[in-house]
Amino acid sequence: MVAPGSQALEDFLENQQTRETLRFITCGSVDDGKSTLIGRLLFESKAIFDDQLQSLASDSRQYGTQGEHLDLALLVDGLQAEREQGITIDVAYRFFSTDRRRFIVADTPGHEQYTRNMATGASTADLAVILIDARKGVLVQTRRHSRIVAMMGIRHVVLAVNKMDMVGFDEGVYNAIVADYRAFAEGLGFAGIQAIPLSGLTGDNVLNPSAHTPWYSGPPLMAYLDTVVVQQHQPRAAFRMPVQWVNRPNLDFRGFCGRIAEGMVHPGDVVRVLPSGVRTRVKTVLAGFAGVAQARSGDAVTLTLEDEVDVSRGDVLAATQAPPEVADQFEARLLWMTDHALTPSRQYLMKLGYREVTASVTEIKYREDVNTGAQLAAKTLGLNEIATVNIATSAPLVFEPYRVNRTLGGFILMDKLTLDTVGAGMIEFSLRRASNIHWQALEINQRSRAQQKHQVPRCIWFTGLSGSGKSTIANLLEKRLHLEGKHTYLLDGDNVRHGLNRDLGFTEADRVENIRRVAEVAKLMVDAGLIVLVSFISPFRSERRMARGLFAEGEFLEVFVDTPLAECERRDQKGLYAKARQGELKNFTGIDSPYEPPEAPEIHLNADTVSPEACVESVLKRLG
Amino acid sequence: MEIIREAVAGARNPVMLYSIGKDSSVMLHLARKAFYPAPPPFPLLHVDTGWKFKAMYAHRDRMVAESGMKLIVHTNPEGVAAGVGPFTHGSGYHTDVMKTQALKQALDQHGFDVVFGGARRDEEKSRAKERIFSFRAGGHRWDPKAQRPELWALYNTHIHAGESIRVFPLSNWTELDIWQYIHAERIPIVPLYLAAERPVVRRGGQWLMVDDERFPFAPGEQVEIRRVRFRTLGCWPLTAAIESEADTLEAVIAETFNARSSERQGRLIDTDAPGSMEKKKQEGYF
Repeated sequence: MVAPGSQALEDFLENQQTRETLRFITCGSVDDGKSTLIGRLLFESKAIFDDQLQSLASDSRQYGTQGEHLDLALLVDGLQAEREQGITIDVAYRFFSTDRRRFIVADTPGHEQYTRNMATGASTADLAVILIDARKGVLVQTRRHSRIVAMMGIRHVVLAVNKMDMVGFDEGVYNAIVADYRAFAEGLGFAGIQAIPLSGLTGDNVLNPSAHTPWYSGPPLMAYLDTVVVQQHQPRAAFRMPVQWVNRPNLDFRGFCGRIAEGMVHPGDVVRVLPSGVRTRVKTVLAGFAGVAQARSGDAVTLTLEDEVDVSRGDVLAATQAPPEVADQFEARLLWMTDHALTPSRQYLMKLGYREVTASVTEIKYREDVNTGAQLAAKTLGLNEIATVNIATSAPLVFEPYRVNRTLGGFILMDKLTLDTVGAGMIEFSLRRASNIHWQALEINQRSRAQQKHQVPRCIWFTGLSGSGKSTIANLLEKRLHLEGKHTYLLDGDNVRHGLNRDLGFTEADRVENIRRVAEVAKLMVDAGLIVLVSFISPFRSERRMARGLFAEGEFLEVFVDTPLAECERRDQKGLYAKARQGELKNFTGIDSPYEPPEAPEIHLNADTVSPEACVESVLKRLG
Repeated sequence: MEIIREAVAGARNPVMLYSIGKDSSVMLHLARKAFYPAPPPFPLLHVDTGWKFKAMYAHRDRMVAESGMKLIVHTNPEGVAAGVGPFTHGSGYHTDVMKTQALKQALDQHGFDVVFGGARRDEEKSRAKERIFSFRAGGHRWDPKAQRPELWALYNTHIHAGESIRVFPLSNWTELDIWQYIHAERIPIVPLYLAAERPVVRRGGQWLMVDDERFPFAPGEQVEIRRVRFRTLGCWPLTAAIESEADTLEAVIAETFNARSSERQGRLIDTDAPGSMEKKKQEGYF
């Protein structure tokens, strides 16, 4: 008991303020007794209140698997759906504390289909407790869990050999498992592996050393968690703070808010603003309402600077010696987290630190089998798959390799349409430095070429279903322009597929690449001063948006040739719809592959009610 | 502070739910620190059931004046018209109409896309899996299976029109953390958290405080004066007091540290049916 006003309370409050937090993740499969072990930790650390114990007793009778005993697993299996199915399907966070530390436990499911949940839990953890059922030893899933944990940068592992009570606390069984695991984990780069023989069910070696394992001289689990040193920070790491928010309440105050990712900062320190590279000095360091003499890694602060320099959200303030790198192409490891496969060349939103840019995977170098570690070839990446990829971004990013700095090395990818978080990545290294990329500046440029031709170069992009009349209209338009003495070129879907894109099929990945190549060709032709007509089904919004992004403002005109599916199918000039309906043609747009109509095309043609000639007139009018 | 700033940076029209309780007090304090010397760039929203303790209203008005923030008070007009109250309509119905429905009305009316709440993961089992940035589809529905993964401190703040995000900056705080922070930062709290002699009635094994003349006495019930305090504050007829001598913050912390029952025990809505909080959340409760 702690009494008010007592020395014990003073010590307690003092203690609490200096107490460290250890975040760890528990990995194990359904039957390894993971939930029971966490329940045991909570129970033993007195994190469970009387009323929760009462409801546990009633829940144990209803859902429990331990007969009349308390089923400690029910303390942690939260959502009702899970309780009824008896499995854990999401990441749950648990809290308990000792006199030395407070603990945040990420409890994650172990099945292969929940790899992403485990990665989520591991991303903020300092340590992993990997459970092994003593009766089963090191399994495929043990290896998978270890690989994910290692990939997410966790360096300290507890190998909890659980259910020792079921093997009669046999030292030989334990030693064999530990030796097996150590041999496997050698290449994973863990800094420390602590093996502990225990039982979540009976509590052996959880809080107190067990009388059943006289042959084990190491610490029980709780004692180990309480004392293990996991600090990865080198105390002398150079200062880095990504700028999260620019605070400008009035003309006299301009503060830059963020959480310090590495190192320390003091008033008077010289810092560099990245990516611009401008140098300045820190004037004040505000931690909340008060100015402070220094702040360190992990602190949320507001800095004011001596000079009026341009700094915006997403920039990074860094020590001038050894600043982080700036680049726009990277090799990274990527975990895919959604059903809709990752497709190279497709554009996603990428968030690193507080910077968001457009990014695409330029190449999947290889996929990793999480169970065996084997490297496999892959064209796309499905849910829960992990690959090493090359990524290109639309703007240079300030970064550091993930193993050096999680804050500046970890990123997420978001889908531009659904806005979901679809991928998590870790930068390994840059492929080339942004400072080394220069466009070859040419003396004769687009303007001089266009002037010679007396025309405004443009890309006119026709999109619509097969048979909607795109090619007919584009053809007529080109004839008209040609008669007017314009220099044009028509890129037609069918024709390009006979040559440049002969190697591509009709899967989603190939369609994306098809459009990327055509858009790039059109861009070169516009640069050459031509008026380029592109007639492609181009069914996906994200690729049309990508194409638009290649051109200057006003240079790209999207023309939606809007003929209803029924009408296209009735026309069926090439007999393709009939084939598709009979299943002879796969991935046919409008039948078994979606068409995403433009939301804001420059020109919208109702081609089923208006004649092709009239359509051409409206395009010409818009061209001016 | 990082979480609050991040949510604001991605938001169009943010708001902070302010329930006047200790968690709200901590959250407000963090927001003020995060944007100091500017005031936090969003208003406070108080969903008023009409049954809060008088001391809570007084505290609310004081904190609003001190922070320089705008306060929006919303009470469900239909509920008021129908005279809904916890004594007459039962706790479940009252909470649904005057809190859950009222909250939805207020959010719709003002078109808020980001809403800060003071919920913590340690409060209740289904909350342990709540994200820090929690997505609500149109109609404020929470689908536990459609929540976005949260890796590192990289929060995806993008939403479509009609969707909203509830942000819980205190997700990883425990009750004890809250008290220690209040102590360390000297954050003002409603005096009801500290023990004092108050008029209470014994009902169903719990102490209910008689805060105004609307209290309907059952036969045989009598007002007693006891030294009590509250571990959690809500509507006064739905929040039970505990007998306590802890009349200073230090004493409350000592008592909390030694406590053998969890704080939601004083909340009468949790014990209705198994999974009751989970159901309420799916319907849009915070």
